[in-house]
Amino acid sequence: MLDDFMTRATLAGIGVALAAAPLGCFVVWRRMAYFGDATAHAAILGIALSLALQMSIFAGAMAVALIMAFTVTLLAGRGYAMDTLLGVLAHSALAFGLVAVSFLSGIRIDLMAYLFGDILAVSRTDLVVIWGGAALVVALILWRWSALLTSTLNEELAYASGLNPKREQLILTLSLAITVAVAIKVVGVLLIAAMLIIPAAAARGLARTPESMALIAAAIGAISAVAGLQGAYVFDTPAGPSIVCVAAILFAVLNLFGWRQRRSA
Amino acid sequence: MSLISVKDLSVTYGANTVLRHVSLDLDPGEIVTIVGPNGSGKTSLLRAIIGATRPSSGEITLKPGLKIGYVPQRLHIDQTLPITVERFLRLADRIPRTACKAALESAGVPDLLTRQMSQLSGGQFQRVLLARALINKPDVLLLDEATQGLDQRGSAAFYQQIETVRRDTGCAVLMISHELHVVMSASDRVICLNGHVCCEGTPAVVASAPEYRALFGTGTGGALALYRHEHDHGHDHDHPQAHGEAD
Repeated sequence: MLDDFMTRATLAGIGVALAAAPLGCFVVWRRMAYFGDATAHAAILGIALSLALQMSIFAGAMAVALIMAFTVTLLAGRGYAMDTLLGVLAHSALAFGLVAVSFLSGIRIDLMAYLFGDILAVSRTDLVVIWGGAALVVALILWRWSALLTSTLNEELAYASGLNPKREQLILTLSLAITVAVAIKVVGVLLIAAMLIIPAAAARGLARTPESMALIAAAIGAISAVAGLQGAYVFDTPAGPSIVCVAAILFAVLNLFGWRQRRSA
Repeated sequence: MSLISVKDLSVTYGANTVLRHVSLDLDPGEIVTIVGPNGSGKTSLLRAIIGATRPSSGEITLKPGLKIGYVPQRLHIDQTLPITVERFLRLADRIPRTACKAALESAGVPDLLTRQMSQLSGGQFQRVLLARALINKPDVLLLDEATQGLDQRGSAAFYQQIETVRRDTGCAVLMISHELHVVMSASDRVICLNGHVCCEGTPAVVASAPEYRALFGTGTGGALALYRHEHDHGHDHDHPQAHGEAD
């Protein structure tokens, strides 16, 4: 069954969607959207380094994404606003990454494949990495769910409940780095943030509790992955962007629907 | 034994000392109110007690196993976060629905269980925060300006609720408030804070203390005077904020 590249691609897409959904909810609730972007941009530098050092792309991207995330967390609140800091680090990392790639004359790499993803080229090993990473992220978030939610609502409330919001922030940051690293092959650096944010945002209007929002987001992400790949196959369009397009269309439809419902109510 | 015992606490942010040599005790069942102008370190004191701010010196001892119910100053729930009152009350632990109902009841808002947090009025929201703080049957309630944004009647009703809660559950209350005229009557003890403890005692003693008058004026119970007070008061000492023992 896994011999078929479409099957592998679909499984990869669903894997990323499942990890991105609950994480994406926290990204939306905590207004960290740009943080996801920044981590993803930094991953290009990781890819360049891993090609130069001949190690796995996943490990390289993950390492740089983590370093990036920790640097931002450390520097935050020391003179620069968060978005300024992210802007400086993200685009510097992207630029250094692109320059570093150009030094790798021995290896021909298709940079486009990393910017936009190449889900149709997902191998069995990639699938193991993607589902392993996704399972890890989902497990981390399930384990810390209540603590993360409390910290998201109010820092003092978390302290008074005996939690450490800084540690919870670190868990989110770590999950974000893992998600970015596993998703690079599927949707690429430029569209990872879309898979985090769009399904979560689309789920907002349908949900009454945080849990239902995460579940609905997961469903929307998975539907986008399946439908996007089918669409890409039928219309011969690039796969990663097609997935994001379906998610965006779902977002628009659900919002229009919700708006009409509110108006008639 | 005191529930909370703060000894010689100092807190600094960078080069800025916000609290110096503050000591206080909270005993079971008493209502203690901390008053003080903006920037007097009231919130820092509460943050230090819950462990959100690390003291630069001094120590804070909580009675072993002490359960704290905390009502934050302001809680902003992002529009993108859907959450019902019931889910909010069950935030940290698995709490049965009956306990959620009971907590809402004792906070004076019994019918809100299935409402979205984002649809509540300011007064309802604060009472839900109170219910959440009460849900684990705390030994101590900590309130950080819990009536900000409520009108006078709303906050008077809120503090009445606090007294009722204390009467029914016997929990101690440590609260910060601006609304002296409302709070003073409900308190057993008032601590006037301005970086250090200016004066403390029963509401009547504090209201007539010269240090308190220097901060809040002598006018209409202090409520309006609060907004007129001078920050650089010195109690006739040589430096702007700290003076020795409350004299």
